[in-house]
Amino acid sequence: MIFVIARRELRNLFLSPLAWIVLGIVQLIMGFLFLSHVNLFLQVEPRLPMIHNAPGLTGLIAAPTLGNAAVLMLLIAPIITMRVVAEERRNHTLTLLYTAPVSRLTIVLGKYLGVLAFFLLIVALTVLMPLSLLVGGHLDLGMLACGTLGLVLLIMSFAAVGLFMSTLTTHPTLAAISTFGVLFLFWIIDWAGRSHGTAGSVVAYLSALNHYEPFLRGLFDTSALSYYLFVTAAFLGLSVRRLDADRVGA
Amino acid sequence: MNGQVLVEVEGVSRFYGKTAAVADISFLIRRGEVLGFLGPNGAGKTTTMQILSGNLAPSRGRVRIAGHDLIEDPTGAKSHIGYLPENPPLYRELTVDEFLDYCAALHGLPKKERVAARERAKTRCGLTEVGRRLTGHLSKGFQQRTGLAQAIIHDPDLVILDEPTGGLDPIQMREIRILIRELGRDHAVILSTHILSEVRASCDRVQIINRGHLILNETIADLDRRMQSSVLAVTFRRRPAMEVLAALPGVGAVTPENETRFRLFHEPSADPTEALIRLATEHDWGIYEIGPERQSLEALFVELTGPAGEA
Repeated sequence: MIFVIARRELRNLFLSPLAWIVLGIVQLIMGFLFLSHVNLFLQVEPRLPMIHNAPGLTGLIAAPTLGNAAVLMLLIAPIITMRVVAEERRNHTLTLLYTAPVSRLTIVLGKYLGVLAFFLLIVALTVLMPLSLLVGGHLDLGMLACGTLGLVLLIMSFAAVGLFMSTLTTHPTLAAISTFGVLFLFWIIDWAGRSHGTAGSVVAYLSALNHYEPFLRGLFDTSALSYYLFVTAAFLGLSVRRLDADRVGA
Repeated sequence: MNGQVLVEVEGVSRFYGKTAAVADISFLIRRGEVLGFLGPNGAGKTTTMQILSGNLAPSRGRVRIAGHDLIEDPTGAKSHIGYLPENPPLYRELTVDEFLDYCAALHGLPKKERVAARERAKTRCGLTEVGRRLTGHLSKGFQQRTGLAQAIIHDPDLVILDEPTGGLDPIQMREIRILIRELGRDHAVILSTHILSEVRASCDRVQIINRGHLILNETIADLDRRMQSSVLAVTFRRRPAMEVLAALPGVGAVTPENETRFRLFHEPSADPTEALIRLATEHDWGIYEIGPERQSLEALFVELTGPAGEA
């Protein structure tokens, strides 16, 4: 049943021009960024043999590309998730799901997986770019896989936040703006943390970005893994609660 | 009529803040019954429908559908329900076929049966011509029918219809009513409306709700009997003596409406029609109109829901 809803959600994204345009623009921007990293690499390549323990192709091209992709995700996640529940609420089609013999958890998971599938498609298309370097060079595939995993985890948490924001309102635009606000705050919150002692380090721990960086360096950090899984589960749980509140009411 | 009990509603209330949209209502619905839920706008009809369909939790009370408690076992209960809300829940960017397929899947119909179920629902609702059109481009009547098809595609035991003929033209209304009648044969149907003729046209039983309270629960036949008047209206060409009319067996009082038209109040058991006609021919009063004055459903409705009926 989860997959029935997930498939519907994914198809719904592709029925509107929005998903196609987002895919196109993301490809264009990522392509440009990727090529500029390649360009930079070609400039520094002659000097690399002189540096002890110099970074390779993966460190100089793949990792920055994935790092850029994360910023781009921050911008497109609100747009992709904004309609998920808000629009159904607005068009009174939530009734259909509420009347069907499916639990609220199933509805939330279905919608989440549908949206996530779209993001995974973007990730796949993005990772193809560094992978294309295999044609003429050598890549540290382990490091690339680790970075990709980091990106996927990051997106999982973004999508969960976006889904929750979308359950709060009937206006997709409002959902998008609040999602962006929350995600951006999670992104920059470590700026506040850098200057102050223990309290600061707690705040810095909340930062989504801090947990992403180790993955890009090829470090599989279980604490970062649990951070993302926790954020995802928390926001999905909140979404279930929010949908349930529709039924129970004020 | 004596089918098994499908829905039990026990002391259900729903509060919005301090106002009770629905206050302590209880009723049963049996299989093979069409129940009309009648009430003025804002009486609590839609709230009741939403509670029955599991879209709204009751503040108090219990709803059991086919033996499943709607709160404790919502998925079990909901698998027996088809619901058409006031605004048909349509995905405007899907075609009728795609939409109905999705609904069938949501209700857990196995893949193999979905096409057959969809075609059956389309035939029943007169949608065979528009299967490939986008629901968002359909006229209001077809959208309503698509909504109805969605509610019956999984062949539920209970079909809940909230104002199913809203916004339809008279011909479409008649078609939908015939369909509701048909559904009532092997399902239970509960429909809400504020149109009185609709209740008479399609329901076996009627419940009137006003300000959240259930104030009447009767079969249409009982209702007819209740409305059977004990007033006879008669018109003569030549004015008879009032005393003679009043002396007829069973007649309580006679009031003249004008020179030649009278209203006779009689006991419900003793209809003086025949005696009156015989008398009229004997005396050559020239009787040319006689008939019971039927109290209309409208009048009863106003009487029950109006300010006077509140006490």
